[in-house]
Amino acid sequence: MMTLKVNGRDHEIDADPDTPLLYVLREDLKLNAAKFGCGLGQCGSCTVMVDGKAAFSCVTPLLLLEGKQITTLEGLGTIDKPAPIQRAFMEEQAAQCGYCIAGMMMRAQALLQRNPKPTDAQIRAEMEPNLCRCGTHMRILRAVHRAARLMDTADASPAVHGSAQ
Amino acid sequence: MTARSRMIASIAAVVLIAGVAAAFAVAWRPAIAAIDPPAAGSFDPALVKRGRELAAIGNCNDCHTVRGGASFAGGLPVPTPFGTIYSSNITPDPETGIGRWPEAAFRRAMRSGVNREGQHLYPTFPYDHFTHVSDEDDTALYAFLMTRPAVRAPTRENQLPFPLDQRVVVAGWKLLFLRRGSYQPDSTKSAKWNRGAYLVEGLAHCGACHTPRNGLGAERPNAAFAGGDVDNWQAFAINAQSPAPIPWTADALFSYLRRGWQADHGTARGPMAEVVSNLSSVNESDVHAIATYMASVFGAPSPDRVKQGEAVLAQAKLPATETPAAPANATGAAIYAAACATCHETERALPYGGVHLGLSTALSSPDPRNAANIVLSGVRPVAGERSPIMPGFIDSMNDGQVTALLKFLRGRFSNQPAWNDVEKTVAEARRTQAVFLQTSPGQNNAPADATQREKP
Repeated sequence: MMTLKVNGRDHEIDADPDTPLLYVLREDLKLNAAKFGCGLGQCGSCTVMVDGKAAFSCVTPLLLLEGKQITTLEGLGTIDKPAPIQRAFMEEQAAQCGYCIAGMMMRAQALLQRNPKPTDAQIRAEMEPNLCRCGTHMRILRAVHRAARLMDTADASPAVHGSAQ
Repeated sequence: MTARSRMIASIAAVVLIAGVAAAFAVAWRPAIAAIDPPAAGSFDPALVKRGRELAAIGNCNDCHTVRGGASFAGGLPVPTPFGTIYSSNITPDPETGIGRWPEAAFRRAMRSGVNREGQHLYPTFPYDHFTHVSDEDDTALYAFLMTRPAVRAPTRENQLPFPLDQRVVVAGWKLLFLRRGSYQPDSTKSAKWNRGAYLVEGLAHCGACHTPRNGLGAERPNAAFAGGDVDNWQAFAINAQSPAPIPWTADALFSYLRRGWQADHGTARGPMAEVVSNLSSVNESDVHAIATYMASVFGAPSPDRVKQGEAVLAQAKLPATETPAAPANATGAAIYAAACATCHETERALPYGGVHLGLSTALSSPDPRNAANIVLSGVRPVAGERSPIMPGFIDSMNDGQVTALLKFLRGRFSNQPAWNDVEKTVAEARRTQAVFLQTSPGQNNAPADATQREKP
């Protein structure tokens, strides 16, 4: 048994220490935002935040997560009360099939927590590990810029779970 | 003053004057008159094309470009044991680049490390190798550089302590270590071998990274290719002391240098990634020549070494098995199983699957630095191309976890004794990799072989 801190709550997890975080999130905790894409840390659809930094949950075994704060998309906002990053992606209609989008939002969120006003070049460099097969990259870029502006306004402060420590 | 003391004084004065004159003769170089930047159209396109290939063999863009900056505009911080030296702008900008340099000034810089104004250049610019480049090749390189877009980018001030910040001290260094002279072909060897030797010892300056340096920063001639340092990466020994589990052959070298990976050795990464990226764009015969010469530098492996290599290869080809975790290092074994084995122990072949780590030179090498670097920062993709890729684990593993993993990998995948000071190496790698990734320009070209590129 180990304690896993996800979205600000402690969960008792009964799994082998080498189990990838993604499996535990989806199968044990039923948090299905993070997706299984390649399982090799090459596509980014499984991206979550660990202590405020983007990580591929498919190649992050549980034993690396002792005492760390994990944030998934569910921890940022809800359908009724979407977080700025989610609002921005919706307003820019950045999703086509949507499979990559949860990972995109998590990596963008990690970037914006660290650097609230990234340049276009910085966003491109940061988002490089996350792939989108539909080709909505230009909308995703716009959405990240929009999220930065939304977060800058007082009424839309970002969720704080797992902010950098 | 007695006659005797007068005589001593005048002898001392003569010696002093002679000394100053000699030092002056050693150190002083005249400026070469500036020219109006030649029009790009004044160079023969065929010559420029040849220069492009030579510049790729010389890996010029790698040092003379900083991440986010324009090609050849300089600004890359080069850390040395003596301080940080910034690469210069070699675009034809008249004020901040080499736009006003006549070809004679360019040739003098290559030949003896002196800029147009007559100042000595620091040997981070590897003129100890470039001195062997032929006039003809210098002409082509000049034509290539003078036809690049001119970029205004003032060269940054070096960070060197006194007296090393005085360029005149470099004259003394040259007196000790700069051996001028064109390449002398060895008539007992093939033309291909000689071509390779000319490139490797000259323009390609392989020894600049792969040969260890002495206390004054010069390559040790009696330890040629015995392994050196660059940007906190270990440039492996590429002579008989090579730590590669499988002995290198000319064919394997060609494939590695040309494509950026080789099935029995793995993928080029760190500063070598940029070297092979450049070599992917040049005339294939020159890469063959380099491989031919380097194979002779490695030398024929002993029968024992061949047998060991075959055993390692056979082991690597066995189907994946459950790792029997040594109880002492269950953490490392579990990290490997969960984070590494999915790529490194599958049926997927290089370059899109990971190399079997039994074949990894990084794990068999006496120094854990490269393995630490690669676990932390992964293998970066080439923009817009299919290329080998590995995620870095810098944000998801702490130093203790990387250390546990490295110790496990060393024990499981090499037959070498355990590394010392792994923890310290990991901490240092975390610090320096962050800098390297921010400054290094990264690969421009795909792993070369286009037929491979289309394969999954």
